[in-house]
Amino acid sequence: MFEIYCPHCQEYREEEEFHASGEAHISRPLDPDNCTDEEWAQFLYFRKNPRGVHHELWVHAAGCRKFFNITRDTQTYEIKETYKVGEQPTVTE
Amino acid sequence: MSEVIANNEVASAPVLIQQMDQLSSQGARAESPLYHADLASVAREGNQNGGVVLQEVALLGHLVLRGNINNAGFTSGVEKVLGMALPGSLQSAENGDVSLRWIAPDEWLLVVPGAQAFSIERELRDAMDGHIAIVNVSGGQTVLNLSGANARDVLMKSTGYDVHDRNFPVGKVVTTTFAKSQAVIRRTGEQSWELIIRRSFSDYLWLWLQDASAEFGLTVRT
Amino acid sequence: MTQQNRLQSGGRIERNKPLTFSYNGKHYKGFEGDTLASAMLANGIDVVGRSFKYSRPRGIVAAGPEEPNAVLQLGATEATQVPNVRATQQELFDGLVSNATNGWPNADMDLMGYVGKVGGRMMPPGFYYKTFMYPQSMWESYEKFIRKAAGLGRSPLENDPDTYDHLNQHADVMIVGAGPAGLSAALQAARSGARVLIADEQSEFGGSLLHSNELIDDKPAAQWVEETVAQLSKFSNVVMLPRSTVNGYHDHNFLTIHERCTDHIADKAPAGQVRQRLHRVRAKWVILATGAHERPLVFGHNDVPGVMVASAVSVYINRYAVAPGKELVLMTTNDGAYQTALDWAAAGRKVTAIVDTRANPQGDLVDAARAQGLNIITGSAVIDVQGSKRVSGVSVASIAEDGSRVTGSIQRLSCDTVASSGGWSPVIHLSCHTGSRPKWSDDVIGFLPGDTVQKQLTAGSINGEFGLKGCLAEGTRAGAQAAINAGFEADADAVPASAADVKTGPAMALFHIPHSQPTSRAPKQFVDFQNDVTAAGIELATREGFESIEHVKRYTAMGFGTDQGKLGNINGMAIAAKSLNQSIPETGTTIFRPNYTPITFGAIAGRHCGELFDPKRYSAMHKWHLENGAKFEDVGQWKRPWYFPKAGESMQDALNRECQATRESVGILDASTLGKIDIQGKDAREFLGRVYTNAWAKLAVGKCRYGLMCGEDGMVFDDGVTSCLGENHFLMTTTTGGAARVLEWLELYHQTEWPELEVYFNTVTDQWATLTVSGPNSRKLISELTDDIDLDRDSFKFMDWREGTVAGVPARIFRISFTGELSYEINVQANYGLHVWEKLFEAGEKYNLTPYGTETMHILRAEKGFIIAGQDTDGSVHPFDLGMGWCVAQKKPFSYIGKRGMAREDCVRPNRKQLVGLKTKDPQVVIPEGAQAVNDPNQPIPMTMLGHVTSSYYSACLGHSIAMGFVRDGLNRMGDTVYYPLADGTVIEAEICSPIFLDPKGERQNV
Repeated sequence: MFEIYCPHCQEYREEEEFHASGEAHISRPLDPDNCTDEEWAQFLYFRKNPRGVHHELWVHAAGCRKFFNITRDTQTYEIKETYKVGEQPTVTE
Repeated sequence: MSEVIANNEVASAPVLIQQMDQLSSQGARAESPLYHADLASVAREGNQNGGVVLQEVALLGHLVLRGNINNAGFTSGVEKVLGMALPGSLQSAENGDVSLRWIAPDEWLLVVPGAQAFSIERELRDAMDGHIAIVNVSGGQTVLNLSGANARDVLMKSTGYDVHDRNFPVGKVVTTTFAKSQAVIRRTGEQSWELIIRRSFSDYLWLWLQDASAEFGLTVRT
Repeated sequence: MTQQNRLQSGGRIERNKPLTFSYNGKHYKGFEGDTLASAMLANGIDVVGRSFKYSRPRGIVAAGPEEPNAVLQLGATEATQVPNVRATQQELFDGLVSNATNGWPNADMDLMGYVGKVGGRMMPPGFYYKTFMYPQSMWESYEKFIRKAAGLGRSPLENDPDTYDHLNQHADVMIVGAGPAGLSAALQAARSGARVLIADEQSEFGGSLLHSNELIDDKPAAQWVEETVAQLSKFSNVVMLPRSTVNGYHDHNFLTIHERCTDHIADKAPAGQVRQRLHRVRAKWVILATGAHERPLVFGHNDVPGVMVASAVSVYINRYAVAPGKELVLMTTNDGAYQTALDWAAAGRKVTAIVDTRANPQGDLVDAARAQGLNIITGSAVIDVQGSKRVSGVSVASIAEDGSRVTGSIQRLSCDTVASSGGWSPVIHLSCHTGSRPKWSDDVIGFLPGDTVQKQLTAGSINGEFGLKGCLAEGTRAGAQAAINAGFEADADAVPASAADVKTGPAMALFHIPHSQPTSRAPKQFVDFQNDVTAAGIELATREGFESIEHVKRYTAMGFGTDQGKLGNINGMAIAAKSLNQSIPETGTTIFRPNYTPITFGAIAGRHCGELFDPKRYSAMHKWHLENGAKFEDVGQWKRPWYFPKAGESMQDALNRECQATRESVGILDASTLGKIDIQGKDAREFLGRVYTNAWAKLAVGKCRYGLMCGEDGMVFDDGVTSCLGENHFLMTTTTGGAARVLEWLELYHQTEWPELEVYFNTVTDQWATLTVSGPNSRKLISELTDDIDLDRDSFKFMDWREGTVAGVPARIFRISFTGELSYEINVQANYGLHVWEKLFEAGEKYNLTPYGTETMHILRAEKGFIIAGQDTDGSVHPFDLGMGWCVAQKKPFSYIGKRGMAREDCVRPNRKQLVGLKTKDPQVVIPEGAQAVNDPNQPIPMTMLGHVTSSYYSACLGHSIAMGFVRDGLNRMGDTVYYPLADGTVIEAEICSPIFLDPKGERQNV
């Protein structure tokens, strides 16, 4: 079970308080109506699923209800950093 | 009482936010979330010197305050009406019988005497500017005071949050898991803690607390 | 004769506290301080079970959690039965009742033994593997055989009378194991002021020191333990947990500890006490000081009772004052095991021989044995054991220097006990739990903890440091280091307790003792006792092409089950490696998973059982529902009234009555569980337009609107009515089950996509009690309880809401309808919910106000063709599939969520499954929900399925059954007939129709 630093509460909390919300930095296309089916499918369904460093969106569901991002190694489960929505990760590989 | 229907002067201007005094002025019976547990009888007839002491502080006014900490129109409004500043992360503040808890970077929980909920909501709205929200949740939750020599043991059974002195000093407040529900937990003294729980989970948590306290003895106070 | 193997003096037992216990119905005596195993050995009980596959008699082999054979059933009563208890870990208490688990009819007189002897090939290696490849129909007959033969105990037939609980712990430094390294570490960490938690699975702290003859700080080791524990107990920052097995080591230093609080007192906990407790620990730093398990050697008939691991023999002699035999032959590859021969001799028993596989052993302990004149046979091995239910002798032969083959003639020695040692395997189980791959060390002749990302240190024998002096030093250093790492000040150069430096000669890397016959013809040489895996079986596996150690494991079952290969795994890997002509590191190792030792379901469940299994959420009117005989339905965690039967009524009777009362007069539903979200902010309206499929720009204050919520894929996921309370203020309702998900969905989009929109969302689900009054008399009824709301049909219209007072309580009333009747949803602060509910019943008596539950609600809405998100939708249907295109705006300026998804090629193709009404040909027949439509019921199987029935009821008001379901292209097939073939062979015929069965013009609600 993870121990996750919530950048909003500024504390480590138990994983039970959080929900994972999939890959981070998946932006909604600004003009959906002019996306091709393929572009929309990319946005909807295609995810990286890497072995190693991965950026994920989580929400502090049982705490402050705020979303934030985690850089996590999917192999070791190490959490390298957590950062707020709108910020960029410092660990990318 | 209703600014949508009853107040003709305001009705002509656009109603932005519906404000509503939710308390009965005709003395209708109000039941707190643990009303059905008849805690008064338990207090009278039950264990008088348990290691855990539980008290429901029923029918208080609970107001959720939402706003941006950088919005002076929000923060100064709070200070003006409540006579205290908004507490920072995981902190609480008190002024007489009014207490304020940090919940999230843009959310605080204000607890006031039950009868004052609407007047304080109105005063706050009048004193505030900009993008804010106030929501009356007085019927949706209740306050439990948990104290006694074994209060901390009960908390350790119930939440994964670290309740040790070094991590949880008096005045700190956290929203976290509690059994299979949630609670806003505030440390109010050396051996005393405040739990704010949701109405629909209150019976479950009352059962849970009785069970978790059983080995230490549970005293209920009114 | 009782306790014939008990020594007259010594040990940590209380000779003045005798205890009585039973094993297989016979009564025996032991002492306080005994384990069940030591007491059994004291009483000369040789056979403790029968083996899994060959049904061979087995005895006690070890003295700790690695014991593979003495796995017993405990419990004096049916309710207190506990399977799977290792006798070596169970402390003796007065009245303990134990039974062998794998003997049929009993361990001593075993019928299966004959089967085993006759059909040694009955379960060859790969049995499971091969069995699973047979037709599945055979499995049932195999299963009975396997379960009976395997005999891993049985679960009780009555409820467990005990309580178990969980405790959340947090520590700066957590230490696993309280042997010399663990205790040294604890002392250093404690002095730093760090919060220290130290756990050990044994009844008392001390680990190997509890049976050691060595001195620490010039005192007997046990005395040092006592003083150290006393010192630790004075620190307020130290938590000590004996009888506590650290069973799992999970991510980010989360560990689970299984504490057995009262298992040493009785098989039922004393009143008011918790029997077992699961500690859930989050530690900043962890020190693994888990020690090592001695490895037995693999040789012919090495499973005959009386063959034991060398150190276990020492434990029984020194700690429990039990010499488990009279004449000992010790076989060893290393110096350490000589201590067992010395202990045996010191107990006044005969050491027949020390058989050392090394040609020229050198070291302090070897010298000590020589000095005592013990018979040491070097360069030799025990290649076979004689005896069936107890060792009667051994065959010894000289072997090649590399241990590969027998070189000399065989001599027979008479003995009743064989102790063997192939060296020590570090206990790396917990280290493996976190994903760390163990590393082989030729020096240690064992696997060591591998690299880890955990904040973890290791100390003592787990590092291959098998000497006491080294363990004390490593522990001292690790304790200080962990405290420093956790942010405390500690003395990194603290001086460890002192111990003698014992000189040892090199050990020999030997696992599998050769026999004069090839392995396949040699007597059975057991590797894994619990799973009856032999050296020959492993060689067979490699010959059959299983080259990966993971495959060998699964093929042979080595390391399976409750044993997890604590004794056998390394030997098995070594044999596989040799057979594959490669090194052990090349062959690799299987790793260990949680739990380290078996844990009870009780401890896992803790207090989350019975009434506390899952939260039950109640509305403010729940007490009334209980008092009025409601049957309840689970909706998420909510307990909702399902229906309100009267005396003598069947469910269908009650539903018919509730439906008719509502349609003819007035009914009332507790709808408090609906999700409710208060939305405030100047961009609230814009936000609604983006998350709902329909238009919100012009909804006026005082009005309500129904909305559909879709995902980005265009599929419906929730629905509900949202009301405009003010220009910047809305109240959204969601489905009961969708409340939390919808709020998180709104927050997701607000926080990640549109943070510029000024809006706040807050849950008010619990804040408002919702009382839905529905039926032609609903207006009359409410008018009697309010004097400040104009209920006139023209001023308070359908889809309006008003604020006022109901029964003296401030309320919002929403004129919305899920039944098709004139209907009002009254919201009052939940504290007043029951008051208003009761007042409605007082006034409603003359209208036959009838409470109804979720089932009647479902029927009434189905008569009107209203969907329930989650019942009539499943994440694969968009609004047009539901025939709800009217709820989709095409001209909204913002491309709202779902719009683009609905326009995808697959979503606009013809022939999609569409929701339609279904009228059965026989009006009394109700199609089962989930039934699949077909065009031709006589077509061959598998039939072409057109879609399933989502909602189906009997409508008393209409006098016939009604259903909704998906049918391919259904909206274009009105009037067609489809068929529903059922599992029992019957076929239901139904006509496709509009899902609106009642009042299609909506006149009933518009009165």
